[in-house]
Amino acid sequence: MSGDELVRDDGFDDFLDAVADGEGFYVECENGHGSLPPRRVCPHCGTTDLKEVPLPESGEVETHTTIHVASPEFADDVPYVTAVVDFGPVRLTGQLQDVDPDAVETGASVAPDVGSTETTGERILVFRPR
Amino acid sequence: MTGVRVAGVGLTHFGKHPERTGRDLFAEASAAAFADAGVDRSAVESLKYGNFMGELAEHQGHQGPLMAEAAGVDAPATRYESACASSGVAVREAVKDVRNGEADVVLVGGAERMNNLGTAGTTEALAIAADDLYEVRAGITFPGAYALMARAYFERYGGTREDLAAIAVKNHDNALPNEHAQFQREITVDEALDAPMIADPLGLYDACPITDGASAVVLVSDEYAEAHDLDAPVAVTGTGQGGDKMALQDREYLARTPAAEKAAEEAYADAGVEATDVATAEVHDCFTIAEVLALESLDFYAPGEGIGAAARGETTRDGDLPVNLSGGLKAKGHPVGATGTSQIAELTRLLRGDHPNSDAVDGEVGVAHNAGGTVASTTVHVLEVVA
Ligand SMILES: [Zn+2]
Repeated sequence: MSGDELVRDDGFDDFLDAVADGEGFYVECENGHGSLPPRRVCPHCGTTDLKEVPLPESGEVETHTTIHVASPEFADDVPYVTAVVDFGPVRLTGQLQDVDPDAVETGASVAPDVGSTETTGERILVFRPR
Repeated sequence: MTGVRVAGVGLTHFGKHPERTGRDLFAEASAAAFADAGVDRSAVESLKYGNFMGELAEHQGHQGPLMAEAAGVDAPATRYESACASSGVAVREAVKDVRNGEADVVLVGGAERMNNLGTAGTTEALAIAADDLYEVRAGITFPGAYALMARAYFERYGGTREDLAAIAVKNHDNALPNEHAQFQREITVDEALDAPMIADPLGLYDACPITDGASAVVLVSDEYAEAHDLDAPVAVTGTGQGGDKMALQDREYLARTPAAEKAAEEAYADAGVEATDVATAEVHDCFTIAEVLALESLDFYAPGEGIGAAARGETTRDGDLPVNLSGGLKAKGHPVGATGTSQIAELTRLLRGDHPNSDAVDGEVGVAHNAGGTVASTTVHVLEVVA
């Protein structure tokens, strides 16, 4: 999947646009549960009163892996590091770039950004060390 | 509410059969199940069929009626898709139908054709069991997702790659006498540790293989078994199902699987048994860490305690609670849609006494744990010898 002619995933692509502009956000319900768009209900409690809240500037790597066997869309990217990063009320999953795969540690502080894959040029959520 | 008997089971060889179609595989497995059951095809009132990646692997949707044809069954047929738990869900629906009096005879099964896609194609196809927007677009693979869970487990509770390797060694050892298994060969801990990394900390030997195969079971009501004088000593006495958020990032736990905990709790209560009653379990070890999470979800171990079970010899063939005596997904193979029913088939053989590893079973209660994706869906079934 690549190329500008493709249909946008409304909501999620808005989120990526915002992260790229340094204005990342997530969706929060009245009970303080965080999630990523698109949402019409909070996935944690089912409430429908959701608002966009600025994403913190940094999060902590909660878990990570270096992927050596990829699907065809990421064939030229291997090895690459993916991580689940804790931003407090919300977690994000993306590629950890600008790091030595052997030196990645849980608990490391990283910032969200938008990058692209080497294989297709498709833009993806990435994290960079802070 | 009637009881549900396993009248017969059938399996193809699990392995590389890239030239064989799904319908051919299922025709073989279902024929074996009918022969084992001593039930005629014409008695079947519905087919519940599990399959995950048929559109990608065979350009074939709408597989329910197709597989009814392949099995020679003239009955309504429905495909169930719940990733790797597809046929586990089919079993659960069949059990409900028999209990409710909707049907006396149900054919349940599943099949998957995978090897014709190659490794990259299969990796791509399996990845669609993850969340496309939040995970697949970021490059998450199926092994990658389990690697994230494995590292989270190590960080939270401890554990080593050696502990995981002991699980792989155990399951290969169990597969040795199983004629249906993909890998009938021993491996060592050192071989497992030295194998190439797929997604660290998971190496090649922490992962199940890419497998083609099919499985089928004939489920009947107590009344039908009695009226037709069937030799069907094993019953499905408990069923449970649980769910969780699709993406790991939205889960409460990264090192526990609440969907399986809920399914197990429900299935145990349904059967009126406890974890301590269980003599053997077939659990969803698509990756070695998955077996650990399964053991803890099934309440055999507290969270954080299951990691060393194989290394300590507790879940090996001569241990107190032998797990995956079939070889598990790891060594027997994991044709995704066929896995749930194959666990029921293997447990039935183990409890009936006609499995090559039956001697290792000391008791009359078995449990099957079938997990979909990164355990966003799970079924658990309790099987018991009742006659
Ligand atoms: Zn909420």
